[in-house]
Amino acid sequence: MQAPEQEAVTSAEEQEKWLADAMALVQHHAFYMHRALDANNIRDVLKFSAQMLSELRTSKLSPQKYYELYMRTFDELRQLEVFFREESKRGRTNADIYELVQHAGNILPRLYLLCTVGSVYIKSKEAPAKDVLKDLVEMSRGVQHPIRGLFLRSYLSQISRDKLPDVGSPYEGEGGNVMDAVEFVLQNFTEMNKLWVRMQHQGPVRDKEKREKERSELRDLVGKNLHVLSQLEGVDLEMYRDLVLPRVLEQVVNCKDELAQYYLMDCIIQVFPDDFHLQTLETLLGACPQLQPTVDIKTVMSQLMERLSKYAAASPDVLYEFQQVDAFSKFSQSVVEVIEAQPDMPLVGAVSLHVSLLTFVLRVYVDRLDYVDLVLGACVKKLEGKGKVKDSKATKQLVALLSAPLEKYKDVVVVLKLSNYARVMEHLDYETNKVMAVVLIQSVLSNSTMITVDEEDFQEEQNLVARLVHMLVNDDPEQMFQILTTARKHFAQGGPRRLQYTLPPLVFEALKLVRSLQAQDLPEEGEGSGSVSLKKVFQFLHQTVEALAMIPAAELSLRLYLQCAEAAGDCGLEPVAYEFFTQAFVLYEEEISDSKAQVTALQLIIGTLQRTRVFGVENRDTLTHKATGYSAKLLKKPDQCRAVYACSHLFWVEDGGTTDGERVLLCLKRALRIANAAQQMSSATRGTSGPMTLFVEILNKYLYYFEKGTMIQSTVIQGLLELIVTDMQSESTTHDPEVDAFLASTVRYIQFQKQKGDSIAERYASIQVQ
Amino acid sequence: MCCPEVPPPEMLTLRSRGSARKGELRRGTHADDDDSFGMSGRAKPSNFPSRTTTRGREKNFLVGAFGPPCKVGIEFSDAETRKQASVKKENGQVVMVPLFLGQDSVAGEVRIEPLPGKKVEHLGVKIELLGQIELYFDRGSFYDFTSLVRELDVPGEILECKTYPFEFSTVEMQYESYNGVNVRLRYVLKVTISRSYATNIVEYRDFWVHNYSPQPEINNSIKMEVGIEDCLHIEFEYSKSKYHLKDVIVGKIYFLLVRIKIKHMELEVRRRESTGSGPNTYNESETLAKYEIMDGAPVRGESIPIRLFLSPYDLTPTYRNINNKFSVKYYLNLVLVDEEDRRYFKQQEITMYRLE
Repeated sequence: MQAPEQEAVTSAEEQEKWLADAMALVQHHAFYMHRALDANNIRDVLKFSAQMLSELRTSKLSPQKYYELYMRTFDELRQLEVFFREESKRGRTNADIYELVQHAGNILPRLYLLCTVGSVYIKSKEAPAKDVLKDLVEMSRGVQHPIRGLFLRSYLSQISRDKLPDVGSPYEGEGGNVMDAVEFVLQNFTEMNKLWVRMQHQGPVRDKEKREKERSELRDLVGKNLHVLSQLEGVDLEMYRDLVLPRVLEQVVNCKDELAQYYLMDCIIQVFPDDFHLQTLETLLGACPQLQPTVDIKTVMSQLMERLSKYAAASPDVLYEFQQVDAFSKFSQSVVEVIEAQPDMPLVGAVSLHVSLLTFVLRVYVDRLDYVDLVLGACVKKLEGKGKVKDSKATKQLVALLSAPLEKYKDVVVVLKLSNYARVMEHLDYETNKVMAVVLIQSVLSNSTMITVDEEDFQEEQNLVARLVHMLVNDDPEQMFQILTTARKHFAQGGPRRLQYTLPPLVFEALKLVRSLQAQDLPEEGEGSGSVSLKKVFQFLHQTVEALAMIPAAELSLRLYLQCAEAAGDCGLEPVAYEFFTQAFVLYEEEISDSKAQVTALQLIIGTLQRTRVFGVENRDTLTHKATGYSAKLLKKPDQCRAVYACSHLFWVEDGGTTDGERVLLCLKRALRIANAAQQMSSATRGTSGPMTLFVEILNKYLYYFEKGTMIQSTVIQGLLELIVTDMQSESTTHDPEVDAFLASTVRYIQFQKQKGDSIAERYASIQVQ
Repeated sequence: MCCPEVPPPEMLTLRSRGSARKGELRRGTHADDDDSFGMSGRAKPSNFPSRTTTRGREKNFLVGAFGPPCKVGIEFSDAETRKQASVKKENGQVVMVPLFLGQDSVAGEVRIEPLPGKKVEHLGVKIELLGQIELYFDRGSFYDFTSLVRELDVPGEILECKTYPFEFSTVEMQYESYNGVNVRLRYVLKVTISRSYATNIVEYRDFWVHNYSPQPEINNSIKMEVGIEDCLHIEFEYSKSKYHLKDVIVGKIYFLLVRIKIKHMELEVRRRESTGSGPNTYNESETLAKYEIMDGAPVRGESIPIRLFLSPYDLTPTYRNINNKFSVKYYLNLVLVDEEDRRYFKQQEITMYRLE
């Protein structure tokens, strides 16, 4: 007869086979049933249909396969229904047939037949629909096997759907009223849910997971009843509030099953109209804390809030109703209760509940900032004593919580007025505090880019912070300095990764402060600790850049040192400038090893040094000497060459600076030597000498100084020019169109100068060009 | 209560609760074939050969062998309109016989038709109405509990077809006709043509008797809590204790405690026929109906409805101590089968009666 339940779990292959066998038998019995149908032989019809339905008594099939079998027999039962209808036309009363099918010895076939006849019986109106329905739903109790019972009751639900004595239905009146319809559906729902919940206890424990999955597949059979309820015309708000909802919730709560509770709560929310939910909030929410502690109630509540806020958004005239029923306090109270009722709920759950509530408030109660603050306050209460939140998911939710009002109001000032806002922020760890800061800044900048935490975003965030620094403006230097100092104090905690983004803007702001102080012509020495002085600012700068150098960020620090040096020079603070240069040089020597970086750094050093005029002879000599020395030590000859001729500028500073023609010449000659060496090296290693670029460049330097002073003889230029031209015509020289163009324009320049007709033209006169 | 046909069951005393009667649930193995569709009553097993029929055939043979001098026919006066009862004979054949009620008059005529060229000399013709109980195990002995005689003719000769009307008015036929396993109660008309030299010519005509009972004035429900300690406790209720033959058994089973995995539950209608008395009592039990009322394992608190239509089954009223010869009693047997095919059952007597 029935296989033991343990065998119910089997391989897919066996399932297929069993299904095929059962299908074949259904087909077989259906064949004889059809023959009896054609012969109008009711005894045989009942006999063979019962045999066919007996195939549904199997315990072997998985719910999915059982469903297929059910569908197969379902089709056959439709034909049987037609037969019963005709049989009643042939003179047999429906009551008779209704009794006749109950003679079947086995309960499952009997009840399928009973439901089928019942359907005809109701339709004939020979008996009140309510009585037949009540009898069917009551008799169905006899099937206690979860899967068989579920499908039987699903069949009952299916055949009765269009026969409920609903308002406006042809079965209303003598057939009963909507109360009877509701009662019937509720009872079927309750019994189906009980069976469904019980399914998890069928069979061995080891298959529990699989069983739960299968159980999940059957959930819509149960949920369909709620759908039927929602479709009843006669179920108005009053009936829903007083009868339907309490009864459904009673079942949901009492079944004490996580899967069922979650699904059914969701189902209730989805199938019944929004205004019903709004008017029954207290009841619906009242059930939430009573659910199993493991139920994902936050999702359920979030969905409800989501739905209601959409409802509010779609029809603004219902907002009054929201106030009328005090939806906010009901939700917020429920959130508290749910969290209390689920002590094991992870923090993330609690926080996300608050996020949902807040979202709801922001959508429905646009101008109720006090509500927003209450939600934040409730969250703070929940976080109390928890310190910094460690859980990353919870943290994410906290950020969402804090971001929501910003997105809504787009005004930091409004948001920061919320007294609990900062208190929530206190619970963020450093990392998140930063994320939150970013959100705040974004709001300030009216930038609504979303936040994630990869490297690109990190830079983006840090750039935002950097931009924020530039927004810190105060006309009072004293205050400004305070701001900068405070900012640096906070930035300092950010760690090296952030400092290289956050410190440079500080440096530039400080330099800006230097300039404004300079403009006010304040005394160099500050009177007392309170007031700000240039010296103090430079000390600040020094510390700041030093901190940056420690990261290490040598190239960046070097640039900043040079900036500072220049500023100090502009302020006439020689020792300070010297110190900054020294630091820059130290960095160059100790930290910058990459040759490309060296070239760049050196050019910066040379450039800055050239512009800084504050130095006395001694300091100046030391620094220029150092710089020249660095130049000669560069790795690549062309780099050496260029650095060396660049150094020449260090000795030629016009407008009151040094003009040491001899040393300029020295530099240029040295550059020529290096260029020559580079050329030879090239021909030695590659067979051809490199392009004449360096020579043309040096030629240009010569021309520059030729115009400046007298230390350059025109013959030297003539010689260099001829050398270049000759070499460029040589076979062994690599030809480069750029160099050709460069030389051509240089020559054009010489010709232009010769024609100018001023004193310079006279000096150029002696230079011969082709 | 006592069920001798049950192999040594694990009998467990049950706690009694409240006013419910203390009961017990029995457990044992019980092999019964599965009757998937109980549209009609089960065929009764006929273990015993019928001696009456055998004898009847002998007699016909003798009549034929010696050449019957006449044909004897017994006709009921209202044969056309009288109801008939379908009676299943031992060979399984169903025959229709006239049906009488306990106080009916039995009237008709006897027709004696001598064969052509023959005459019937006799010492008298009489007709008897006999009520007999036949016990198969007792070598087929008859007990006549009713015997009425009407003389039809004085001694003489019958030369041509002759008919004799007869009437037994308002006969007291207090017992119903019954064809059981070990016993038969029959009503018969017997015509005897007595002869001096040859054997008497005897002709029989069976008829069937039903007795209607009024609706019982007291018809209490049957309600009882039974179970096996810490294993299974149920409370069952049948709405009545007395049922007429076309009645419906309505009731419910309420599960108070379920610690075993029940596979299904069925309700059986059982008939027990007791014959003889004292040490020579023979009991014969049959399961006439087997009706599944629950599929699957219920949990505590479930209540399962019962609705069993009795009309499809071939039942008789309960017969108590008929003429001190036999009794026929009916029982409802509630059977629960667990996953290891152990059967737990509780049998309750019900009274069957025939309602007009």
